[in-house]
Amino acid sequence: MVTAAELLSLAAFDDGRHAQAFPSFGSERTGAPVVSFCRIDEREIRSREPVAEPDALIVQDATLLHQVDVFGGLRPEGYVLINSIRSFDELGLGDWVGDFRHEHLLTVPASGLAREHVGQARPNAALLGGLAALTGVVSLDAVVKAIRTRFPGKLGDGNAAAAEDCFAFVGRELEALSHA
Amino acid sequence: MLEQLEGSRAVARAVALCRPEVIPAYPISPQTHIVETLSAMVKDGELSPCEFVNVESEYAAMSVAIGASATGARTYTATASQGLLYMAEALFNASGLGLPIVMTVANRAIGAPINIWNDHSDSMSQRDSGWIQLYAESNQEAVDMHILAFRLAEELSLPVMVCMDGFILTHAYEQVDLPGQEQVDAFLPTYEPRQVLDPADPVTIGAMVGPEAFTEVKYLAHVKMIQALEVIDDLSTELTACLGRDCGGLLRSYRSEDAETIVVALGSVLGTIEDTVDELREQGVKVGAVGIKAFRPFPLEDVRDALGHAKRVVVIEKALALGIGGIVSQNVRSSLAGSTSHVHTVIAGLGGRPITKSSLLRLLEDAVAERLEPMTFLDLNSELVEREIARTRERRRSGPHAENMLRDIGVVAAGPV
Repeated sequence: MVTAAELLSLAAFDDGRHAQAFPSFGSERTGAPVVSFCRIDEREIRSREPVAEPDALIVQDATLLHQVDVFGGLRPEGYVLINSIRSFDELGLGDWVGDFRHEHLLTVPASGLAREHVGQARPNAALLGGLAALTGVVSLDAVVKAIRTRFPGKLGDGNAAAAEDCFAFVGRELEALSHA
Repeated sequence: MLEQLEGSRAVARAVALCRPEVIPAYPISPQTHIVETLSAMVKDGELSPCEFVNVESEYAAMSVAIGASATGARTYTATASQGLLYMAEALFNASGLGLPIVMTVANRAIGAPINIWNDHSDSMSQRDSGWIQLYAESNQEAVDMHILAFRLAEELSLPVMVCMDGFILTHAYEQVDLPGQEQVDAFLPTYEPRQVLDPADPVTIGAMVGPEAFTEVKYLAHVKMIQALEVIDDLSTELTACLGRDCGGLLRSYRSEDAETIVVALGSVLGTIEDTVDELREQGVKVGAVGIKAFRPFPLEDVRDALGHAKRVVVIEKALALGIGGIVSQNVRSSLAGSTSHVHTVIAGLGGRPITKSSLLRLLEDAVAERLEPMTFLDLNSELVEREIARTRERRRSGPHAENMLRDIGVVAAGPV
């Protein structure tokens, strides 16, 4: 998760924007819920407080949805991207989505794509590809470049492919939604 | 070149550009990434010649730094929190012996209760150790301050602490413009020590001094510290010209020239404060900010010049002197002696509690409306405190406060109920 925010900030920087990424500085034991933040702006970012009202939210582990208030502070126009093969209804979020714009809410099989391309369920890269498609806040090119810079060689190739696949997946989902 | 970098990595690379010859280090969060990066650079030969010494403690880190510096090597280390306390005795030796060691303090709270998050308790506890203390607002400033620190330390033959907020800066990825090697070399000449331990020309340093001259040695050290103010100013001007951006300085004013209310702070919280100032200015509130960059030596006159015209000064500080309150505000009050400005102490951000714009807006609205007490704690959960006081009244052995309060707010780690 920390790496995802870092990669997103790298991509935004590459797109010519100002970006700031930082983890929630909790105890970093394996398995503990972790939150990471990224701000992207056209001008210098001076604020250092944690992001309390996100414009976009990525949920890497859907099992946290009913343990932690992950949607707290999300704006009505906000985007949500959840790593899951299940729909919002199947995740028990059917009632919750009513207040938000449906075309801003998607679940994507990011872990599956990561297993397919990287051989491990590391959904970061796929989710960033998905975020690029869902929000347009960063370009897919910049996401892929950030991934390849951070992970040179084969690992970078696999993660880049996962990001591209997820980008395409989200594109198809949005297309289907627009005809629904 | 402008790069998107983690703060720790940016600082490590800036330190490497300064060509340190000895780095004794012991890891402690949130400083670890800095010395890890440097140790990798030494191993790869990217930083050479340089000896990286894995020591067994912070006490050893500072002791090795003292030895290395005394032999004429440019010496660097980094620490935080309890690690800084563990080297406290050696800190006074480094400054007393006039050794130009540069050290990063990745600011973190001090226990008990144990806490790994950011505040300024660690470096503030060593404010009178004879080290120059600089506080960085951003990672760019942290980079620039390290380059300034080596030159400053060696020019004055005094150790310099560069303080940067742990996690908030050390673990943040943001854009940083790292200077080129030739730029740093032009600003920072080869170290020419004022004193060297050399077997070929033996001297004693660290003599015992009795009442006959102890005061005079200390007096001179104080005069040297005061003189450092001018050197910091001059070198900052020089570095600004060298790097083509505003670098260092004793303090920085933000929209404060005509302000009736001025917020004073150190370190990374200044960014959020500046955003808050902008928002209040849009509403027509005459508010500004002053960031103190050099806390030791304390720029008494500059602070007076920057604040003297304000009706009220709100000092936001990330450390608490138990039994009196503010530390920075005490110094600010000294500089404003005789002026009509009211100084308010606001303790904020202890142990990693975020300082948010919404809390700052409320605070400053209270200040402008003359509702702010001389001493307050930002976002204090008074109910939690009241309930704990009630428990202590109920039973003499009501248990430790820290554990009781965690249990009260439902934090699982508090142990068995």
